[in-house]
Amino acid sequence: MCATGAHASRPRTAAWLLVTLRAILPMTLLTSFLCVAGATFTTVAWAAGPVDVYRFATPEEEARYRALIDEFRCPKCLNTNLSGSDAPIAKDLRRTVHRLLTQEGLTDQQIRDYLRDRYGDFVLYDPPFRPGTWLLWLAPPVFVIIGALVVWRLLRQPAAEPLSEQEIARLQSILEDQ
Amino acid sequence: MSRTSLFVPLGVFLLIVGVGYAGFKLNDPHELPSALLGKPFPEFAAPLLADSGTVVDRTALLGEPVLVNVWATWCPTCKAEHEQLLRIRESAGLRMVGVNYKDDPAKARSWLRQLGDPYEFVVQDADGSLGVELGVYGAPESFLLDARGTIVYKRVGDINPRIWRDELAPALARLNGVAAGGKNE
Repeated sequence: MCATGAHASRPRTAAWLLVTLRAILPMTLLTSFLCVAGATFTTVAWAAGPVDVYRFATPEEEARYRALIDEFRCPKCLNTNLSGSDAPIAKDLRRTVHRLLTQEGLTDQQIRDYLRDRYGDFVLYDPPFRPGTWLLWLAPPVFVIIGALVVWRLLRQPAAEPLSEQEIARLQSILEDQ
Repeated sequence: MSRTSLFVPLGVFLLIVGVGYAGFKLNDPHELPSALLGKPFPEFAAPLLADSGTVVDRTALLGEPVLVNVWATWCPTCKAEHEQLLRIRESAGLRMVGVNYKDDPAKARSWLRQLGDPYEFVVQDADGSLGVELGVYGAPESFLLDARGTIVYKRVGDINPRIWRDELAPALARLNGVAAGGKNE
C-alpha cells in the first residue's frame, strides 16, 4: 500500500534518509567489494604481463626496478605503464631503466630525470605544476570545494522535527508491508 | 527557487559541451610534446648501414642544417614518406641523415636500392638505444638540426607535403635566414 491517503504528511527528512540508507547500503558494500576485487584482479593480470629476464645484484635493486617501471607511462600506449605494456618501446625503456639502475648506478630521481629529458612529462604520471598543467592540478580541489559548499548548504537547513509516535507506527507498518 | 537558478542546468550543459569541444579540438593525444626541442642532438656512436665496420658520431651531423629521419622497413608510413623525402632532397637540397631504427640491415639496404636513397648516410640503431636517446617511440620521426647540432624542429609521423609546406620548410627558412644574417654582420 502506498501512503498517499488523507493522513499522508510531508515526507520527513530523517525517515526518508533512513529508508534510503537501508536501500543503498547493501549496494554500496557490494560495489566496494567488486571494486577491490577488480583492482586486485587487474594488478594480478598486469603482474603476469610481459616478462623480461633481467639479473639484479640485490633484491633491493629489483624492487627499485619494479617500482620504477610501474611508475613510468609507456609513451606509445597512452594509458599503460611500462611494466604493463608489451609494446616494443616499453621493452626498450624497461631495458634502459635496468641498465641505468644496475650498470650506471643512477638514483631513482636521476632515472626519472633521464626519461623526462627524452620523453617529456608524458612518461611521468605525476606532471609538474606549470602554466600548461594548472587546470589539471587545480580542478580536483575546486570540485572538492564546490562539493563541500553543497554539503554545507544542505546541512545548514533546519533539522527536521522528530517523528511523532503515530508517524513512527506508520513507518513501521510500511516497512513491515514490504 | 529563483528564476535565475533555473538557468544553472543550461550553464552546466554549455560548460560540458565547451570542455568536450575543446577536448576534441586538441591535437592527437599520441603526439607528445617534444622534450628535445632546443637541446643539442645527443652524443652517439653508431655503425653505418652501408658499412657496419665504420662508426660515426655526433660530429658527422654538424656543419650545416640536417634532417635526421628515423625510419625502418617494417614501417608502412616510412614508405609513404620516402617519396616526399626524395622530392625535398631534390628540390630544396636539404641534407638528410637516416637512422635505421630496429631493422634488418640487409632489408634496409635493398629498400634504399629499390626506392632511392635521399640520405647522405644512414646509421644503424639495431636495438633502439639511439631511439631512446632521441625520445623516439615509433617511426617515422624526424629532427631538424641547425649547423651546431641543436634540434630546432621535431616531427612525429610522416613528412608529407602539408607538413613540409607549413612546418618544415618555414623552420628551414628561419635557419637559413639566421645563417645568412650572421654572415652579413
